[in-house]
Amino acid sequence: MKNDTRVTYTRLIATILIIVSTLFLLTRLMMPKYDIGVTEGALVAEYYDEIKDHDLIFIGDCEVYDNFSPAVLWQDYGINSYIRGSAQQLAWQSYYLLEDTLYHEKPAVVIFNVLSLMYNEPQREAYNRMSLEGMRWTPAKVRAISSSMMGSEHFLDYVFPLLRYHSRWKELDVTDFTRIFTRDKVSHNGFFINVGVRPAINVPEGRILGNYDFGEKAMAYLDKMTALCRENGIELILVKAPSLYPYWYDEWEEQVKAYAQAHDLKYLNFLALIEETGLDFMTDTYNAGLHLNLSGAEKITHYLGEFLLNNTSLADRRGEASLRAEWEKKLAAYDQEVERKRGEEE
Amino acid sequence: MLFTSYEFIGFLLVLFTSYYLIPKKHQWKLLLAFSYLFYFIAGPVYLLYIAATTATIFFFARKIDNFTLRQKEYDKKFYKTIIKSKKWRLLFLALLINLGILAVSKYTNFAIANANSLLRAVGSESQFGLRNIIVPLGISFYTFQALSYLFDVYRGTISAERNFFRFALFVSFFPQLIQGPISRFGDLKKTLFSGHSFDSKQISSGLQRILWGFFKKLVIADRIAAGVSEIIREPDLYGGAYVFVGMLFFALELYADFTGGIDITIGVAEVLGIKVAENFRRPYFSKSIKEFWKRWHISMGAWFTDYVFYPVTVSKPMLRLSKWSRRNLGQALGKRVPIYLSSFIVWFLTGLWHGASWNFIVWGLANWTVIMVSQELEPLYNRFHKSFPALKGKLSFKFFQILRTFTLMCFIRSFNCYRDVPITFKMWGTMVTERNVRILWDGSLLGLGLSLADFIILGFGVLLIVWVSLKQRKGPVREYLSTKPYWVKFVLWYGLFLMVLIFGAYGVGYDASQFIYNQF
Repeated sequence: MKNDTRVTYTRLIATILIIVSTLFLLTRLMMPKYDIGVTEGALVAEYYDEIKDHDLIFIGDCEVYDNFSPAVLWQDYGINSYIRGSAQQLAWQSYYLLEDTLYHEKPAVVIFNVLSLMYNEPQREAYNRMSLEGMRWTPAKVRAISSSMMGSEHFLDYVFPLLRYHSRWKELDVTDFTRIFTRDKVSHNGFFINVGVRPAINVPEGRILGNYDFGEKAMAYLDKMTALCRENGIELILVKAPSLYPYWYDEWEEQVKAYAQAHDLKYLNFLALIEETGLDFMTDTYNAGLHLNLSGAEKITHYLGEFLLNNTSLADRRGEASLRAEWEKKLAAYDQEVERKRGEEE
Repeated sequence: MLFTSYEFIGFLLVLFTSYYLIPKKHQWKLLLAFSYLFYFIAGPVYLLYIAATTATIFFFARKIDNFTLRQKEYDKKFYKTIIKSKKWRLLFLALLINLGILAVSKYTNFAIANANSLLRAVGSESQFGLRNIIVPLGISFYTFQALSYLFDVYRGTISAERNFFRFALFVSFFPQLIQGPISRFGDLKKTLFSGHSFDSKQISSGLQRILWGFFKKLVIADRIAAGVSEIIREPDLYGGAYVFVGMLFFALELYADFTGGIDITIGVAEVLGIKVAENFRRPYFSKSIKEFWKRWHISMGAWFTDYVFYPVTVSKPMLRLSKWSRRNLGQALGKRVPIYLSSFIVWFLTGLWHGASWNFIVWGLANWTVIMVSQELEPLYNRFHKSFPALKGKLSFKFFQILRTFTLMCFIRSFNCYRDVPITFKMWGTMVTERNVRILWDGSLLGLGLSLADFIILGFGVLLIVWVSLKQRKGPVREYLSTKPYWVKFVLWYGLFLMVLIFGAYGVGYDASQFIYNQF
């Protein structure tokens, strides 16, 4: 009798272990390998590998991870920063990523890029996935998913990604099997290096809109972001990166300016600082004005570094030995990546 | 709430857990609450329809039953003349109300469209506008189920249920509410209202049946649905051999979809300890269309046989017709005329029940034609078999009969696929006029929205279904598997679960396909 019970329990435990492990393995197998495919999808998860001691956190969409270089901010200004941005990251996703960040650390300054205020609804499931999948499970992630889902999406698909990605069985290749447990780092403190050059010629004018007011939902999350920063003693700075497209309307600019003024926030529109930053859209963009390349990103980061040291509480931390040692490794990797990408371009 | 949705799985989990936690005597009440909740989620307005059917049938059946119960108190002659007529009037009223609801909600626009065609044909310019009428989910199924109870009470086969809520559960029992089977009160009540103890063997068997249903629906039916809709959506592009392919695909889709849905229904009921009758017995192994209809959608066929065919055949006008035809057409043919006519009515109604369109009516009548022609040719077959007696027992001949029946069925079913009847005939014509057989092997089939990988999965799925069907001839496959060692069972069932999980056509990127029979 006793023996029977032991066999039953052993069998039960073995069954559960087999089920859990096969489902885990299948999930890992079926999930997209962002680091070798659509690399933007890998950005959010990389934050958790960091030592969480940043003075400055950038949050926003592609206009942050393509346009600001934390390496330059450290190397030339001693500011330890990280970019929490992903492709078409919506205002509410940025807010919840900020909440998520605050579980780990409390930076002195947060910079939010305002382009995403143009969206009041989720745009595409693929972008949702890239912004949300990398987040670790916290109440912030639950709320981020709930507020971002499109009509066709289901919360359970985020909890069990196999339910979403099971259809990838048709497109599996060798790398899906060899990279079940490994992933390469694709960013440098959230910055995505692009060294190519594609001049901005014939940038289209913005089409006429029926309504230029930012949506209620987007603005509500900007409010929440402002309040969250205030509660935590963080200075929130609004920026508009110098991307020529999507078109940045004067009406939008006025709304952001008015908001910044009303809430006593600093606001930098880099589109209005082309001369000061020295940007040249013939050489400083890799996709005809949508995003800056390394050269462009370094130019505006220099301007930002100066601005931050002169206008905020941020101070030069290059004197801290352990942080410097950490950054030395990062800078070496950064330089190596720049070299590699330049080599690829040539 | 689709049977294959996360919501339905969640709904079942809550129900199964609470069902076995509460006292047994309350289990049927919980089922009633969940059945109405299920229907409420589908559409709050639908509740009014099902409640109306439940209330009227319950009321009239009790009235009828009261007369039956007091039969002995009446004088025999009085009962036969007065009471029987009263019972008939009550039955007629109940039918009028309930078939009226069914007709108005399901067939009004069909009637309007036909009236408009008629007006156009006689040169009139006036047309009636189509109405925006709600068609409650599963109305054909629950109406027929409720009517079967009414007929059985009228005939005295069963006594009327005295508890309104029990009857309400019989009508609304959610697993079979939207696609059958059309159960009989006498059969279902044996397990529907009794208390059930937690029985791990029974629950595991029910869950296995549900899983098998999910496999058929998600891995096969919803996968091949893309190919079917591509072929029928563009008849101009897909003629000739494509029509044949479309027929085959549709046969597979319909089988996997409908039997998969019924597997889920029976499995859910089994987990709850309730026995729901089987609705299929390996129909594609039938050797004639007549046999096919005894093995496909069994509960519907039995319903029409019991409540339409027999009553119509023995009705006074039909008996008069029988007499007349025997006198004028001879004994042999005269005997068959009323049967053929009753059969015609049954198949006409069967077609109409399936859908408010001429496609379905023609489909029903095509079935009738094939069955009647087969019957008429039976003496010829018998002579043939007498001349070649060895043929009958041969496997190759059985295979030929199965293939012949399947092919015929595929042709008849194509009426349900294409937009209208003339297009169906036109597409049959292209099978002769368009010489494009090469599409079967030159890769053209990969342009139907199905990749090679999809075809491999479908091929495997078909083989699995055929294996299960062959195994079923000797008894239930689940019972057979239950005798195997634990790890063999685990590998098989967990393997099937993983197949559904990985290869199932569900989630983002797939359209959540409604079960085809939900639409009836």
